[in-house]
Amino acid sequence: MTDKLSSFPGGLVLDGQKRRSTQTPIRQIPLSKKLILPLQQHIGEASAPIVEIGDRVLKGQKIARAEGHVSVYLHAPSSGVITAIDEQPIPHPSGLSALCITIETDGEDRWIEHKGSADFRQLTEHDIRHQIREAGIVGLGGAGFPSFIKLNPGVHHHIETLVLNGVECEPYITCDDMLMRERADGILDGIEIMIFALRVKHCIIAIEDNKAEAIAAVEAALSQRPKLQNTKVVAIPTRYPAGSEKQLIQVLTGKQVPSGGLPIDLSIVCHNVGTSYAIGRAINHGEPLISRIVTVTGTDVKHAGNFETLFGTPMDEVLAFCETKHQPGEPFILGGPMMGYNLSGVNLPVTKTANCILVGVDNAAPASKPLPCIRCGECATACPVSLLPQQLYWHARAKDLEKTQDYNLFDCIECGCCSYVCPSKIPLVHYFRFAKTEIMNQQQETLKADNARIRHDNRQQRQEAEKKEKEERQRQRKAALAATKAAKEKEAAEKANNPDNVENN
Amino acid sequence: MPLSRLSSPFLSGTNRVTLQMLQLLLALVPAVIGIVYFFGPSVLITMTLAIVVALLTEALMLKLRNRPLKPFLTDGSAIVTAVLLAIALPPLAPWWLVTIGILFAIIFAKHLYGGLGYNPFNPAMVAYVVLLISFPLEMTTWLPVTTLSEHPLDFASAFQVIFTGQISSGVAIDALSGATPLDTMKTHIGLLQTPAEIIQQPLFGLFGGKGWEWINGLFIVGGLYLIYRRVISWHIPVAMIASLATISAITWFISPEITGSPLFHLLSGGTMLGAFFIATDPITASTTVKGRIVFGAGVGLLTYIIRVWGGYPDGVAFAVLLMNMMVPLIDYYTQPKVYGAKQ
Repeated sequence: MTDKLSSFPGGLVLDGQKRRSTQTPIRQIPLSKKLILPLQQHIGEASAPIVEIGDRVLKGQKIARAEGHVSVYLHAPSSGVITAIDEQPIPHPSGLSALCITIETDGEDRWIEHKGSADFRQLTEHDIRHQIREAGIVGLGGAGFPSFIKLNPGVHHHIETLVLNGVECEPYITCDDMLMRERADGILDGIEIMIFALRVKHCIIAIEDNKAEAIAAVEAALSQRPKLQNTKVVAIPTRYPAGSEKQLIQVLTGKQVPSGGLPIDLSIVCHNVGTSYAIGRAINHGEPLISRIVTVTGTDVKHAGNFETLFGTPMDEVLAFCETKHQPGEPFILGGPMMGYNLSGVNLPVTKTANCILVGVDNAAPASKPLPCIRCGECATACPVSLLPQQLYWHARAKDLEKTQDYNLFDCIECGCCSYVCPSKIPLVHYFRFAKTEIMNQQQETLKADNARIRHDNRQQRQEAEKKEKEERQRQRKAALAATKAAKEKEAAEKANNPDNVENN
Repeated sequence: MPLSRLSSPFLSGTNRVTLQMLQLLLALVPAVIGIVYFFGPSVLITMTLAIVVALLTEALMLKLRNRPLKPFLTDGSAIVTAVLLAIALPPLAPWWLVTIGILFAIIFAKHLYGGLGYNPFNPAMVAYVVLLISFPLEMTTWLPVTTLSEHPLDFASAFQVIFTGQISSGVAIDALSGATPLDTMKTHIGLLQTPAEIIQQPLFGLFGGKGWEWINGLFIVGGLYLIYRRVISWHIPVAMIASLATISAITWFISPEITGSPLFHLLSGGTMLGAFFIATDPITASTTVKGRIVFGAGVGLLTYIIRVWGGYPDGVAFAVLLMNMMVPLIDYYTQPKVYGAKQ
């Protein structure tokens, strides 16, 4: 790993709009009367409830266990009574409902007994991963992949570098920025643990250079830690989407993660700074993941800022607390303006991956019908993955799904740069998402059809074999019958031929 | 806040099709001033006529195709086609020639292929070539700068010539008009004169044709503005100019008796108009970075081949159309390497 930074093609320099939400320190959202906790707040299998309606739970108590390997535990964010385990609307672009545990809080906010390890170095790597899983920790950058898996290099890999992602390249979002400013020490706690668990030599904390305060805070905290001498802060140029894992790795190393591969193929593991903080709290203090920092911002928000928010808190309450122009039921954006998705519904709960609630943006994409593509190629210039978005668009619109795959549709990271620069205002990414879904559905259909065909073929073969067997048996029986008949006839004939013998006898 | 989009990104840049077209028109202003200075005000009349006919035809075609009028009439593309054709036509082109050209460009080259964004060939160049083949006399009759200086043509008489074919001052139009420098070069080389002798004629200036060299220079100024404003990328013009300069330099070095100097070729005829305003038309040009270089180089090379060995004095229009045909092939073989693809 060299000190010289590389870069990725394309990308955008966007108006960050970060100052909107960095003027006040991190505040607390008041405890909600009702907390709604979806059982699936991570990538992988949904957790399984281990409480029943009417149970009293304490803050930090496990309420659902990990089911399968790619899964984590879920905890009560505050003390209270379980009032429901049922389908509730969840913050998902589909607007679907999913199984949730609802807690009516008692206002006491009483913790369950918990204790961290005095020295995590006494633990084994396996214990650390296990504890991180039990603490319900998932990637807090937005994807929500269970973190313990990314702390297990496995037997085939050797990790050289741990990359801490504090880039936060999306406009408006500042939750990682504020976390680094205010809780740099906590982030470093997590880094020490991860370095130990992964047995890596180097750690890079990557921060975009538009976050001077965060860089200064992390560097100041780092200078107090002689044990982290191989950890360094790297300020990277502010250019969207530098915070995307693959692009970040390209900036830091000049190397590209192989298509369809993972950073681990380059001996790199990437974690978000928020995740690191959560890991520190879990291991050193025994606190499971029950809250996160949420940025509430946008042109229609009166008191924008960052808020420590318990999971399950209805977003309407968060929005009301910040005094927005938002009316219940109106759409708003969850996540950033470039990659987030719009939600409309009431009582949607804050989940582990909810990094930003955005109400109102400047330079909003127009609602008017797009003009035809004039093939200007701006989209290809802006694409950080070097795709040809206009060709992809052409084929996606024609539903020529095979062609879209020839043009590497699945390498698209949906960053939105192409749509942003399009002079005809074509919602390109929308078409790509559509094509991806279509292809995945088709693949599932073919898989089903294949299975059905194989089952059918097997059945026919089986029937064929049975039939043959039956025929064979019949043939044998007939032969045997014929043989005995022949023998009898022969006997009779012999008898008939030699009547004298008989008589002579 | 009503969200305009169903899915992200919810932000949008300031780039607009109309904005690009307007900047293109703005970039043409210096060269148009140059044309008025050297060849008289008739180009302004031709241009106005072309724009009016283009917008009317566009509206008619949109109506016939059941397309909304407002977004497509205001996108500016019809105006750009009209202005480019008007600039490419001879200064005293009669009104019917302009009208036929525009009708062909908008109806056949644009709307029968599906309108804005779907035409494989540059509409202005299709019209130009159709007119050149159908009306060779009218299309090759230019106003030499020299005769104009003797008989300056004012606005009123230019108007009269364009619409009636007559001129009141008693001067015959034939006396006013003549061949272009490129045409003269071609015919006189055919008469076994050397280019060095030919450029001694009053029709020629310091580097190229008199007047033409300055107008070409003004196209460069406009083109640089377009590159600066990122309306066009540098690849096509640079590749085209470089390939034209290279091939003409090589030929000039080997056999100077058959061709003009590289500078003559760069600063005569439609070279710079083609390089910065015609070949860069996004709809009909190659879209990949490498592809644009191949495309531009191809236009430069074909322009030269047609000029020197072909049947027409200038070859920019044919070269652009021929390369337009190659675009799908070029684009297919010049795809960039995607992130993470195998080396």
